[in-house]
Amino acid sequence: MGAVAPGIGPTPVDAQSVETQSQEMDDYSSPELVAYGKRSPYVTSMRQPVNGRPSPDEFGLVFHIGTPLQDQVGAITPSALHYFGTTRGSFVPHIDPAEHRLMIHGMVDRELIFTMDELKRFPSVTRLHFIECAGNRSNSRHRTIIESHGMTSCAEWTGVLLRTLLEEAGVQDGGEWIIAEGLEEVKGTSSLPTAKAMDDIIVAYAMNGEPLRPQQGFPLRIVVPGFEGILSVKWLRRIKVVDRFYMTYNDYGHLRQDPSDAALSYQIGPKSVITSPSGGQELPGQGFYEVRGLAWSGGGRVSRVEVSTDGGRSWFDADLRGTPQPMAHTAFSFNWTWDGSETVLLSRCIDEIGQIQPTREEVAEFWGRPGVRGQDNSIQPWRVERDGSVHNAIV
Amino acid sequence: MRSFKLLPALVLVGASSVAAQSPTFGLGRTPAPEEVLAWDISISPTGEELPEGSGTAVDGALVYRRSCARCHGAEGVDGRAPRLVKSERGSDEDPWAYGRVLPIRSPYATTVWDYINRGMPLNREGTLTADQVYAITALLLYWNDLVAEDEVMNRETLPLVEMPNADTWAPLPDWAPGQPRWPGYPY
Repeated sequence: MGAVAPGIGPTPVDAQSVETQSQEMDDYSSPELVAYGKRSPYVTSMRQPVNGRPSPDEFGLVFHIGTPLQDQVGAITPSALHYFGTTRGSFVPHIDPAEHRLMIHGMVDRELIFTMDELKRFPSVTRLHFIECAGNRSNSRHRTIIESHGMTSCAEWTGVLLRTLLEEAGVQDGGEWIIAEGLEEVKGTSSLPTAKAMDDIIVAYAMNGEPLRPQQGFPLRIVVPGFEGILSVKWLRRIKVVDRFYMTYNDYGHLRQDPSDAALSYQIGPKSVITSPSGGQELPGQGFYEVRGLAWSGGGRVSRVEVSTDGGRSWFDADLRGTPQPMAHTAFSFNWTWDGSETVLLSRCIDEIGQIQPTREEVAEFWGRPGVRGQDNSIQPWRVERDGSVHNAIV
Repeated sequence: MRSFKLLPALVLVGASSVAAQSPTFGLGRTPAPEEVLAWDISISPTGEELPEGSGTAVDGALVYRRSCARCHGAEGVDGRAPRLVKSERGSDEDPWAYGRVLPIRSPYATTVWDYINRGMPLNREGTLTADQVYAITALLLYWNDLVAEDEVMNRETLPLVEMPNADTWAPLPDWAPGQPRWPGYPY
């Protein structure tokens, strides 16, 4: 954290452990570290289990592990810090890529089975996309941003468009849905509209310039840009083209009841959050701060981010880092001079199709009932107190 | 079986033009029919893919004791693994209030069969026979007041079990690229 935002108190890190690590200094000229580097022992940013359930649980299953967004710089999440989530917990399978196959079958003219080497010979794409869990919900009990927002991450994904593979197989008339299946112990499966498959789903074998990490689906996964994270099936082994929604275990758990609503929202709404200063951090005193954050939307590119440093009375455009990519985290910043008085910091995202990130009150008012329903893309308020401490301001 | 909530016919310009295309890259091979059969474990809501076999809740009680009870509890309630039974047997509580209790919350009984078959028992997935999966499915449906204790579940009867949520969920979204999250929702 220190290198990231000097002056802003680090996230709670065990000083003792830093010291211990420093005493066992790595030899950066050792063959191991010449061959494959590692970060400094002084950099201690870590993922942590979120959502109140231990990971691993008593069966050894891993559930939800959040990304330390408070330490995030730029738009790309380092692969080792990418959030990790599964519906009901999962073991990470050990898959030999030489043995791995992807089958495409069902309502297609030509059923096909591919090796990894064959998949890598197809024309490829490399695109920046966020993946966010639909359960990435903020509430008043959360103290830090890893708890309130840690289940979103963004990586540069490389692979072949699913469209390319489906065209190769030839989708038959009426094949309006696909089901995608992984090969972990529960063979996690999701139903997706073929319209999305023909649009921008990537059958990815690489992230951030290297093969997928095992926790991210090594050797193969789909990335479903902008859709709820559970749909980006990992350890992909099979895609079946079908004529209907299949109501898999993953699907039924996401159904909603209210007929005025949609059964599944699929698309993540326009969303942003200030990562620094954020809950649990400390401002050492009044003066200049660069307010930093991330913005994203399942609806396309981020077109604008606004920041308020006075609890929403006035809003100003934030600076966007680089050119926003569709369905990707976009880093933003805003220059702020703190006068030492208590205030609330807010950010809101406006995307290219005109969706605007709402306050929690606006969501409640729209649906006519308290709380945030569906995927939570509400504005996150951070309260800065006179002593410089920063707190979640959701009541 | 009640009617499905199918997506209103999606006009897929891409997909219909695709159907006429022939392969371009010549990569991959055609799987043998047995390979497809072995891999294809997905069961649709109408259960066409269900295998032969059958079982009742009475049969299921025996299988459950041996294969499930250690983690899910003797009655499907007090185990370390997720609960399998609604809060009070015999009650007609709103199934949406139960949380994610699979055998009562899913709109189709086939989802229950599919999940047990693909994912259970933990670390021994795939070891249950079709008869055993039918039997455990029958037991869970019986515990949740959805079938009688001696009702035979097989590929014909299972898809016909009327689940409490069969018709009580919101319509599927009609998704197209570039559209908002929900029609009429500004956020």
